[in-house]
Parts: sequence; C-alpha cells; structure tokens
Amino acid sequence: MRRTSRPASTIAVIAALALGATACTADTGDKSDIGKGGVTEPTTIEFWHFFADREAETIAAVVKDFEKKNPKITVNVKSGQDDEKMKQAISAGQAVDVGLSYSTDIVGTYCSKKAWRDLGPYIERDEVNLDDFPEVVRGYTAYKGTQCSMPMLADVYGLYYNKDLLKAGGYTEPPKTMSELAEMGDKLTKLDAKGNIVQAGFVPLMPFYENVASHLGPAFGAKWFDESGKPLIGTDPAWAEMLKWQKALLDKHGVDKWKKFYAGAGEEFSANNAFQTGKVAMNIDGEYRGAFIKADAPKLNYGTALMPVADSKSDLYGSGYVTGNIMGIGRGSKSPEAAWQLIKYLSTDTDAIVKLADGLRNIPTTKAALEKSSLKDDELFKPFIEIFNNPKSSSIPATPNGAAPQNTFATFIDSWQTGKVPNLETGLKGVDTQIEKDLKLAGA
Amino acid sequence: MTITATRGTRVDVPAALRKKRRRHRLVVLAFLAPWIAGFLMFFGYPFVATVYYSFTRYDLFTPPEFVGLLNYEFMVKDDPTVRIAVRNTLWLVALMVPAKILFALGLAQILTRLKSGVGFWRSVFYLPALAPPVAATIAFVFLFNPEYGVANAVLGVFGVDGPGWFTDPDWSKPSLTLLALWGAGDVMIILLAALLDVPRDLYDAADVDGAGPTQKFRFVTLPTISPVLGFAAITGVIQTLQYFTQAAVASGVASNRASTGKGGSDVLGFPEQSTLTYPLWLYVRGFGQNYLGYASALAMALLVVAFALTVLMLWRAPALMGGEGENS
Repeated sequence: MRRTSRPASTIAVIAALALGATACTADTGDKSDIGKGGVTEPTTIEFWHFFADREAETIAAVVKDFEKKNPKITVNVKSGQDDEKMKQAISAGQAVDVGLSYSTDIVGTYCSKKAWRDLGPYIERDEVNLDDFPEVVRGYTAYKGTQCSMPMLADVYGLYYNKDLLKAGGYTEPPKTMSELAEMGDKLTKLDAKGNIVQAGFVPLMPFYENVASHLGPAFGAKWFDESGKPLIGTDPAWAEMLKWQKALLDKHGVDKWKKFYAGAGEEFSANNAFQTGKVAMNIDGEYRGAFIKADAPKLNYGTALMPVADSKSDLYGSGYVTGNIMGIGRGSKSPEAAWQLIKYLSTDTDAIVKLADGLRNIPTTKAALEKSSLKDDELFKPFIEIFNNPKSSSIPATPNGAAPQNTFATFIDSWQTGKVPNLETGLKGVDTQIEKDLKLAGA
Repeated sequence: MTITATRGTRVDVPAALRKKRRRHRLVVLAFLAPWIAGFLMFFGYPFVATVYYSFTRYDLFTPPEFVGLLNYEFMVKDDPTVRIAVRNTLWLVALMVPAKILFALGLAQILTRLKSGVGFWRSVFYLPALAPPVAATIAFVFLFNPEYGVANAVLGVFGVDGPGWFTDPDWSKPSLTLLALWGAGDVMIILLAALLDVPRDLYDAADVDGAGPTQKFRFVTLPTISPVLGFAAITGVIQTLQYFTQAAVASGVASNRASTGKGGSDVLGFPEQSTLTYPLWLYVRGFGQNYLGYASALAMALLVVAFALTVLMLWRAPALMGGEGENS
C-alpha cells in the first residue's frame, strides 16, 4: 500500500483547513425572494443595539409597543452591543436579526459586503417612501445605490453655551462666526496662578469630546471626497483653514495646558462632563446632550445655537454635521421578514419615532414624526432641527474601510496640533495619499 | 544491508507483542486526544487560517481574495502607523521587561532578608498580580490623573508639579511600566523560590573566600537563579510583544472620550499614539477597519519576531547570565 509522504499530507491538511476557513465566509445571505410580507407563525428575533441604562429603557419600551402590535413576533433585545461585536457575530453566521449602530461609517462595508441584507425589495414591496427622510439621511443609510439600512433617529451637532459664563464675560448672544467663537472663547478662558486653565471658553483640542474634524469641518465647508471617491483633504483649502484657526487658538495657552485641562475634564458621557460641570463655556455637541444635562445637571443654565461658521462662509450658517442611528437585517437572520417588520416600525411608524425621539432627545427622522414630537416646540432643540432640515448639512461619505479615513486624519491632527507638522499643505496631501493607499488595500 | 536486517527484525516481532504495542499506542493516543483536539482547534486551525488569510484581501464578510504578498508589501512600505506601533512595542520590551524583572528580583531579595512577617509581605507584594488587568488599569489611570489624581496631589505637597502620566505622550509608556511594576508579584514569587533554592553551602564557601555581598550576588546567586531569570525574561518578552489589555484600557479611560458603540478603535493609542502597541494596531486594522487579511499579515510578522527573539534568548541568555553557554 502506497503511503502518503509527510510533506504531501501536511499540505493536504493545510489545504483542508484553509478551505474550511474560506467556507466560513461563503454565505452572502442575499435572498431575493422575500414573499408577500407579514408574519403568521410565532417568531423570535434578536435585536442588537448599543444603548445602555436610561436610553436602553426607552428602546425597550418601544419594542414592547411593537410586540403588542405584532403578537406573533417576540423581540429578544441585546443592549450594550458595540459595532465590533456585531461585526464578528454577523461574520460568524450568528442570527443578528436586527442590528443597530450609531456609526454611519459602517454602511459602506455592510452594504457592499452584504453583511446587512439589501432592504430595497422590502421597501419596494411595502411601498415605503424614502422621500420622507431628508436627503442627507438617505445618503448615509445607503451605499452606491444599495439601501441596506434604515434610519432610527438622527444626531445633529450644534453649539452648547453656558448662559451664566457668557453673561459673566459680558456676552448675551452665542457666536455666529469662527472669529467670534475664537474671540469669545479666549475671553472666557480663565487661568490659575500657575497658568493652568481652570475654565475654558472653548476647547480647541481635537479630539475634545465631540470636537472632531468631522463635526467641525462642515462649518468651514470642508469636503472629504469628490464625486468619484477621491479624497479632498489635501486639496480642499477649507481643511487647512480649519486647522490654522484651531492651532491659533491652541497656541494662545499652549497645547500642553489644554491637554492638562482635558485630562481633568471628566468622561464625556458621565455626570463629570466638563460642560455640565460648568468648566467649559461653549462646546460642540449633539442634540442628545440635552437629555444628559436634564439627568445629570438639571440646574445648568445653558442655551443651544446653530454652529458658528467660517467668516468667509456665512451662507453655511444654519447647516452642520448630521449623522444618525442606522438599522439593518444581519445576513444570517433566520427571520428576515420579522426583522424587517421591526425595522419598518422603528423607522417609519410615527408614534414609535416620536416616543423614541422624545425619550432619547434625538432628532425624529420623518417629517410627520417631527411635527408630532414635543421637541419641535423646545427652544433648546430648535437649532438642531434647523440644522437637520438645512439642505447644506452634510455627513461623511461612506467608504468600504469604515472609519479608516477619519482615523488617518485624526492621527495627522494629533501631530499638527503638537507642532510636529512642518508644512500643513504638504502634510494634508500626505493624508490623502495614505487614505488612497488604504482604500486600495480594501480593494476600492 | 543493515537496514534490511532491521526491517527483518521488525517483521519477526511476535504477533502478541505487536498487538500489545499497538494497544499501548492507542492508549497513549486516547490520553493525548483531548490535547490534540484542543491543539488543532485553538492553535493548528487558527494558525493555518492566519497564514492563509495573510495572503488574501479579507474583510470578514466576503470570501478571501488571494493577493499574494500585497499585505506584506503594504506593511513594509505603506503603513506609517505600523512603525509607530513597532517603536512603542520595542520600547516596552526593552524597558518594561527588564524593569519588571529587576524590580521583582529586588522585592524577592528583600523578602529573603526579612526576619519576621515574611508571609504577610509576600502576600502584600503578590496581591496586585491577582487584580484583573482591566480593573487595575482603570484604578491606576484615576490615581495618576494629572488634575484630580492622588499621585500628583502627593507630589504637590512636596512642591512638584506632577506630569500628565497617561495623558502626556512622553509619560504614557513609563506610566504603563509603573503599572507593570506594581503587578510584578508573579515574577517576584518565582524569583523568591529560586533565591530560597540557592544552596547555603555556596554562600558559606564564598564567605570563607572573603567574598562581599556584591561578589556573592554576582558569582553565587546570579548563576544559580539564571535559568529562572531566563524564563522570566523570555516569557516577559513574549507577553510584552502581545501587550494589549492595559494599553487599550489606559488609552480609553485617559482619553475621556466615549467609545461606546464603536468598540473603542478610535481612542486606542491615546495620547498621540504613544500607547499604540503592535497588537493594538493589529486589532484596529483587523476589526476596526475590516482589514482582516492585512491584520493576519501583521500577526504573522509578530509571530516570526517573537519566535526569533525567543530563539535568540534561549541561545544567548545562559551565557550572558553566567551559565555554561548556549547548550546549558
């Protein structure tokens, strides 16, 4: 009997294992036959989301409403799940029937790789009108024509200001331009005897909570990519303008002083948030901050305003950065119809959206829900609604490598603000080069 | 001819003996089976899959696409951050590992000299090694917070303006080293056992020869405990090449930024990528940015480096520590 040689058997084992490895990823889960709709048999689905504590309770309440309206469907809610866990679960074939993420960065990957199913056939069958959502929302829920996600509320970034601190500095109105923000921020910043910052007018560090390039960029009219997907960070002069403005503010007290202030500022989503404790006079943040202030610092005398814009871009006043929570059906879902029913409920049912929006203090994504929500009459919420409805508001275009372009830019900004970039324009071109290389590695 | 004779001898083994040997082999195999299954499942398969994926473009969701050496080329030519991660990791290997061993050796030496309360102090020094790394790191970052931390408050009493510890890129790796020293009880305990195992006769002989404390340490203690020191160094280097948890938690907590929902990839390395170790960057590339094929190539490079360093240390360490050479 002929015996297999040792090298040959080793190669055979390696090949078998490698084939096993590839077999794990073969199912794309794209089913074109979606039936006529409706769930007739008792079905249990899993709903993964990232919310926790107070916010998770709101989600749970709305899911209960859904179960009452759809008695055949039971929803097993998995709260506190981050994107990376969800990604691993979906790729391992786990039945994440409905996945919810607050990061629209994942849409490019999930749509193009079919990690989430194409919702187009369901949308068409059930005649869901996507025009109910603003263009910016439609933009961040789809990738290259594939609508693999639906929105569940939106997040909009504006300016929060401490009325008492502004009044003490002699101001009655929040800033409308970046030069006003810089001047007011500087005047409202207070130092102790050692030169340490004890109160910040505005913290120019990036990142500082939600003060990041993606949220500040729209105020300068900065664009990430052109129509063909080519990065524009090195060629759009708005980015350089933004960074020079930011660096000038940092240099007034030195980046080390700002970093020291940041170190003691308290965690962003805790009661120690520096804006909530009155250590920061003006801060960029999402509309959801209002709910945190109500829970953690109800006595804070604050106001909200539209984002200040670059002095040369006054036409942008009223616009800003918009993003939101997105939901999709995991490709391993065994009950996609029931999953779609939940997604449709959370994204299009007016009462559900209103309950979610009022509970979480997020922007309702449909016009009908916005009209019905109590938030529309809330003075603190109005600026965010205005930004949301502004046609010049923008989001970051999706890419197949998720947040990699933002990470690359953030790394550059780290170097820039600490004075390690000798030539800004050359450095920004280098950012584009790296983004292009990364996209090429991803096969884009 | 000899070979033929040997083979012939095997043929002549009685059937009963052959049966006994075969049964013996099967029994051995049965006892080994759980280990073999575990080895294939948790090492063999992942290893082969990682090798395979490292030559592919793979994002977890779509089937891997063979790209040859592209990932390895990208690592060398087109990923500047990997160089930062390598530098950070080598810094920790070069400074944290020796510092931890020396500190543990110092503690163990002190314990051998104590006249009373040895058990108590041994427990005190060992206890931090039992603390879960995540909890210990969070506590450390709070204690060393430059604004409200205890460490800087104590320094302030002496008129010293404390540094930024985990928020200053120049101090973040030394701060992680401090954390490692605090948890050096695991190394201390094996070094203590080795020190207590040094024959008293050798010290007595050294005393007779008029050796001082330094000479006794250099020519008696060190050669005797060198195998244990070598073990601590090799395992320390391998562990530090895989340094992940403490760096990830420290950067997340010190950054004050929410990582909820995104899995933390965007805060790893804070401040200014000074805590971005090689395994952290591998994780960011693999699970944060979906480059599983590239992350596999990074993992293979790490394996090769860890293997090479281990071989080098096994080859040279005994000689360096006063042993009998590379074969000892």
